[in-house]
Amino acid sequence: MAAKFQPGDRVRIRVGSPPGHFRTPAYVQGKTGVVEVLHGAFPNPESLAHGGDGLPKQFLYLVRFDQTSVWPHYLTTLQDKLLIDIYEHWLEPA
Amino acid sequence: MDHTDHDHAHDRHAPIEDREELTYYERRTWAIQALLVEKGVITADEVRQQIEAVDARTPADGAKVVARAWVDPAFKSRLLHDAKAAVTELGFDSGESPILVAVENTPKVHNVVVCTLCSCYPRALLGLPPDWYKSLSYRSRAVVDPRGVLQEFGLELEPDVEVRVYDSSADMRYLVVPARPPGTAHMSEAELASLVTRDSMIGVTKPRAPEQLTDLKAAAPA
Repeated sequence: MAAKFQPGDRVRIRVGSPPGHFRTPAYVQGKTGVVEVLHGAFPNPESLAHGGDGLPKQFLYLVRFDQTSVWPHYLTTLQDKLLIDIYEHWLEPA
Repeated sequence: MDHTDHDHAHDRHAPIEDREELTYYERRTWAIQALLVEKGVITADEVRQQIEAVDARTPADGAKVVARAWVDPAFKSRLLHDAKAAVTELGFDSGESPILVAVENTPKVHNVVVCTLCSCYPRALLGLPPDWYKSLSYRSRAVVDPRGVLQEFGLELEPDVEVRVYDSSADMRYLVVPARPPGTAHMSEAELASLVTRDSMIGVTKPRAPEQLTDLKAAAPA
């Protein structure tokens, strides 16, 4: 299984609140960022949290956002960034 | 003095737990522990020892890692490339997370760590997280208004500094490597480590200045 995204790729975070446990905070859902790091593949915590085996493993990425693209009121003159780890099934190409 | 004539102020502290009902997860934890002890898999004393060991962790190991990075550029580059391997190389426990990431503060980049979903924290290197790190206020505001939060911690950053907030809500753990303070060229690695505080490795402040260390020594009991 190959990773769908590579560092530098633009990605959009999917929107959703599936039943049970998930690790994708609402505040980044629907936002567009750039893959900074591909961490590797890890057992899926959404399965592990409910007694599952975590398989298939999911690729995990560090995704970087401009703060101004996440928060409507963020001061646009600043270069500030938000970085967050997101599993691949939450990402789509942007 | 009769305690009823109340002219003294009591210390304010966190409320002492006094509820009798256990929560669902407390009951579940106790039930699992009781079964494991009953079956002879673990002993109650081993559980106690483990809790004591976790509670005894301090930011000291993290501070030593940072001090080594300050004096040894080759180590620093290994630390920034693969923190888990670099920390292990020094003989420290890097914790259970599969990946530990060290991020470097420079004059132009300031990193700060939060976990908006829970309280993910590099406990092996920093000990237990401070209460404020787990507070809803820090967890929500550190992402939306990091500069405002840093200001409340006493850290003002220039507008041309890039603030990078790491929301560590998955399998990674993040350790901030603060910038080495000026005026420390003469200091030994051990002295440097004493400049590195817990909060500076979370990224809400800078390390102590060498003058502060002198003040601390002067204030310490002989």
